Amino acid sequence: MSDWIDVGAVEDVPALGSRIVQAPGGNIAVFKAADGTLFALRDRCPHKGGPLSQGIVHGHSVTCPLHNWVISLESGEAQGADQGCAHKIPLRVNGARILLAASALLPNAA
Amino acid sequence: MPKKLVVIGNGMAAGHALEELFSRSPDAYEVTIFGAEPRVNYNRIMLSPVLSGEKAYEDILIHDDAWYEANGVTPHRGKQVVQIDRDAKHVRAADGTTAEYDQLLIATGSLPFIIPVPGASLPGVVTYRDQDDVESMLVAARKGGRAIVIGGGLLGLEAAAGLKAQGMDVTVLHLMPTLMERQVDPSAGYLLQRAMEERGIAVRCRANTHAILGEAHVTGVKLDDGTELPADIVIMAVGIKPNAVLGKEAGLETNRGILVGDNMRTSDPNVLAVGECVEHRGTCYGLVAPLYEMAKVVAAQLAGDATASYTGSVTATKLKVTGIDLFSAGDFSEADDRQDIVLRDVARGIYKRVVLKGNHIVGAVLYGETADGSWFFDLLRKETDVSELRDTLIFGQSYAGGASLDPTAAVAALPDDAEICGCNGVCKSKIAQTINEKGLSTLADVRAHTKASASCGTCTGLVEQVMALTLGDKFSRAATEPMCGCTDLGHDEVRRLIGVAELKSIPAVMQELGWKTSCGCAKCRPALNYYLLCDWPEEYEDDGRSRYINERIHANIQKDGTYSVVPRMWGGLTNPRELRAIADVADRYNIPTVKVTGGQRIDLLGVRKEDLPAVWADLNEAGMVSGHAYAKGLRTVKTCVGKEWCRFGTQDSTSLGVKIERFMWGSWTPAKLKMGVSGCPRNCAEATCKDVGVICVDSGFEIHFAGAAGLHIKGTQLLCKTAGEDECIEVIAALTQLYREQGHYLERMYKWADRVGLDAIRGIVVEDHDKRRALFERFEISQRKAQIDPWAERAAGRDAHEFKPMANFTLAEAAE
Ligand code: SRM
Ligand SMILES: Cc1cc2nc3c(=O)[nH]c(=O)nc-3n(C[C@H](O)[C@H](O)[C@H](O)COP(=O)(O)OP(=O)(O)OC[C@H]3O[C@@H](n4cnc5c(N)ncnc54)[C@H](O)[C@@H]3O)c2cc1C
Ligand code: SF4
Ligand code: FES
Repeated sequence: MSDWIDVGAVEDVPALGSRIVQAPGGNIAVFKAADGTLFALRDRCPHKGGPLSQGIVHGHSVTCPLHNWVISLESGEAQGADQGCAHKIPLRVNGARILLAASALLPNAA
Repeated sequence: MPKKLVVIGNGMAAGHALEELFSRSPDAYEVTIFGAEPRVNYNRIMLSPVLSGEKAYEDILIHDDAWYEANGVTPHRGKQVVQIDRDAKHVRAADGTTAEYDQLLIATGSLPFIIPVPGASLPGVVTYRDQDDVESMLVAARKGGRAIVIGGGLLGLEAAAGLKAQGMDVTVLHLMPTLMERQVDPSAGYLLQRAMEERGIAVRCRANTHAILGEAHVTGVKLDDGTELPADIVIMAVGIKPNAVLGKEAGLETNRGILVGDNMRTSDPNVLAVGECVEHRGTCYGLVAPLYEMAKVVAAQLAGDATASYTGSVTATKLKVTGIDLFSAGDFSEADDRQDIVLRDVARGIYKRVVLKGNHIVGAVLYGETADGSWFFDLLRKETDVSELRDTLIFGQSYAGGASLDPTAAVAALPDDAEICGCNGVCKSKIAQTINEKGLSTLADVRAHTKASASCGTCTGLVEQVMALTLGDKFSRAATEPMCGCTDLGHDEVRRLIGVAELKSIPAVMQELGWKTSCGCAKCRPALNYYLLCDWPEEYEDDGRSRYINERIHANIQKDGTYSVVPRMWGGLTNPRELRAIADVADRYNIPTVKVTGGQRIDLLGVRKEDLPAVWADLNEAGMVSGHAYAKGLRTVKTCVGKEWCRFGTQDSTSLGVKIERFMWGSWTPAKLKMGVSGCPRNCAEATCKDVGVICVDSGFEIHFAGAAGLHIKGTQLLCKTAGEDECIEVIAALTQLYREQGHYLERMYKWADRVGLDAIRGIVVEDHDKRRALFERFEISQRKAQIDPWAERAAGRDAHEFKPMANFTLAEAAE
């Protein structure tokens, strides 16, 4: 089995927005910044589990919709005084397609 | 005996690779080149000046017949290669011509992308790629008439400018909110649009082509929103795709383009590829600079230097439309670890932005003055440490004391007849003249002599700026609290200037008012979105990206990421049909909680996001629309039973509440807006702690306002009394409109009333009938577009991507 799984097209994700990939281990949020850079994080805010995919994307960060924690899309780390990390998922772009690390998607992949 | 080199495609990359090869090893190969075009190598990027008439085709020829002869190259003009046989090592053209090779170079460029809409293949639909396309356009232009260019990118804009110069009536249709969004940011995109419009080219952004119309020849374009635009020629300039077909059919590894390694060789070591047809390290390029860098490596490899390698390019873009200076390079997105340096010269229409990461430049956008483009690009490519230059970097290479940002620039740029004080109709030059003639120096004097800012006072900040402009150092301006860190202007000044300078988009506001950041922040963006929506109700297109999730998708987010759905129940009334529909929806979508809210309606809590459009469709079916329980807008109108049933009721409070809600629903306001109508002073609808409350009495209707019962409990104040219902509704709508026009974003009605004063509000809404009427009419106009149910729009498919996961792997698990 390949280590990367195709989850959709680059153009499926709107700029300054995000899309969800549903996986057995929990939803994954795929974000696109204004410059087109793509990121993937577990869709759970380290604060109280808010769905980061629903936040406002600005620069390479997203603001959680529940209590406004700002999470870095590059590292998954909470910014400023807040502490915590939303797990970052390896993402690769191949041409027009988005690939995520298989290990993050499938419960028993190696 | 020289080896045989065959080249497929006689375009810019191929031509350059051959030049490089001949200057290295002139005699290493016997070269044969096939070109599908009936001509030889010309400078494709100069097609736009040929189209506009500034150059002739002969001027842009790169290699003439003599060049091929001198270098011993056999050129096959107008011969398209249709097959590569890698085993036999030969290629064959459509007309049967064949050639054998030792080394093969593929340089087939790109194909224009054609959007697959009905009518796309009609005669009169032209792409923009080669000299044939230019000739078709010139033939059409000679007849005059209308041209529509689909695509507001580099090619589309150059085509538009060219056709305009040839005398056609030109419209550009662009899918995205701003032009050239891939190369430049929204601020530069706005200036670009303004410049195109100034030269008479119509630009329609967010225009999605639905079909191209016509029977035997194109006659027009139809958009998704139903608009039909007539056209005699349609230019399709929506993008390009690498032309990798031939390589793919020959069994070479391809993805989007033909895959090459750093040595520019494909999966077959005897076949190289160069130009727009290749994909290198995941990137396909669409500009010449990278192709030239590739061509050098191709030549070195062909000449026997196996170590030559290409590692990728950073690109820069310049638009070639005479009179428009635009440059962009690198990456200009915002990020936490990046810093923006922005310079806007409001009067001269200049915008410059340099993006730094650490001590390096990573991106630059220049509009209006691009002389420093190559300097910035050089610093960027060489990753030069710019920490020493930082403070003056934005002023460019020849910095000589650069002008500092002037907080009065936005006002300085206004024309003399710009109206500064809306209440009293006082313009800029009147204030300046009076100051000079009468030697005024204080705000009180200016108020006394001109009446400017003497009524509602919301233009005070602007009047002070005109004073600062007129008096110079002699005037010290009281500090207004800026809207946010992106500007020195306060809410009132921004609102006033949006009206006076007719600013109709977020990038327009940011440029013309000299925003200090490139794209604003989470504080100013939602505020500007509201102000524009309020001031230009018929023209402005709402910007969902500047809205909080609840307002973006029209439901309230809950702590577990599900949503709540609150349909409107007009005045708190419902009926068996609605209740049944709510019950059915709750069953059908397994909605865990159904609750009666404090606002006299029913809340469905715990709806999964994916189910929202279906839930809404079902509620719509039963006649229900969004209750806007999430909106900075009209929420509820609570009522009591009133005269119809209650033994104390003096008027029909229930039906008045329903009328008000029906008339006012959908309206966006600075903060949330709640109303109540009680049938008598016992006040069972709690009208006296609402933003607007009506208490019915025997003789008519008491209108109260500026109450709230949230974090702060505020009883209402009496605004006035009316005898009839119609007048009551007119006053309430006029009051709401005044609040909409003057309120600061997120300022609830009571705070606005405290700020501008009860008397000022009463003076307009109660005492001045003309002004009241005008406010009422403006409210009515804004309701035309506001009263479209957002749920119905989304149930019909708008923003569908918001509600669907991109992929689902939870089912795959079961399959395994
Ligand atoms: C559902 C409801 C409670 C209920 O179950 O009854 C409710 C629920 C919320 N209220 Fe409320 N308020 C509800 C009636 C009220 C009332 C009573 C009323 O409207 O008569 C008040 C006091 C009256 C007032 O607003 O002056 C009220 C004062 C607030 C406030 C404080 C506002 C203030 O200016 O101080 C907030 C916070 C805010 O808006 O920033 C708030 C905010 C909220 C939010 C939006 C919190 C949030 O941001 O997520 C809650 C949304 C839950 C949801 O998803 O539906 N809610 N909230 C009521 C919905 C009414 C409706 O049908 O639309
Ligand atoms: C109007 C316009 C303006 C532009 N402006 C700029 C600019 O300002 N700056 C910039 O950097 N870039 C610009 N570009 C892009 C630039 O022209 C291209 O990047 C460059 O021409 C690509 O070179 P190429 O050799 O890869 O492809 P091309 O120049 O397209 O050459 C490919 C050639 O191969 C031929 N061909 C294809 N298949 C076959 C086959 N099977 N057999 C034989 N021949 C074949 C084609 O007919 C074509 O002539 C512009 C492009 C256009 C159209
Ligand atoms: S009072 Fe309003 S905001 Fe507070 S918990 Fe209840 S619903 Fe939520
Ligand atoms: S759950 Fe994200 S900020 Fe609280």
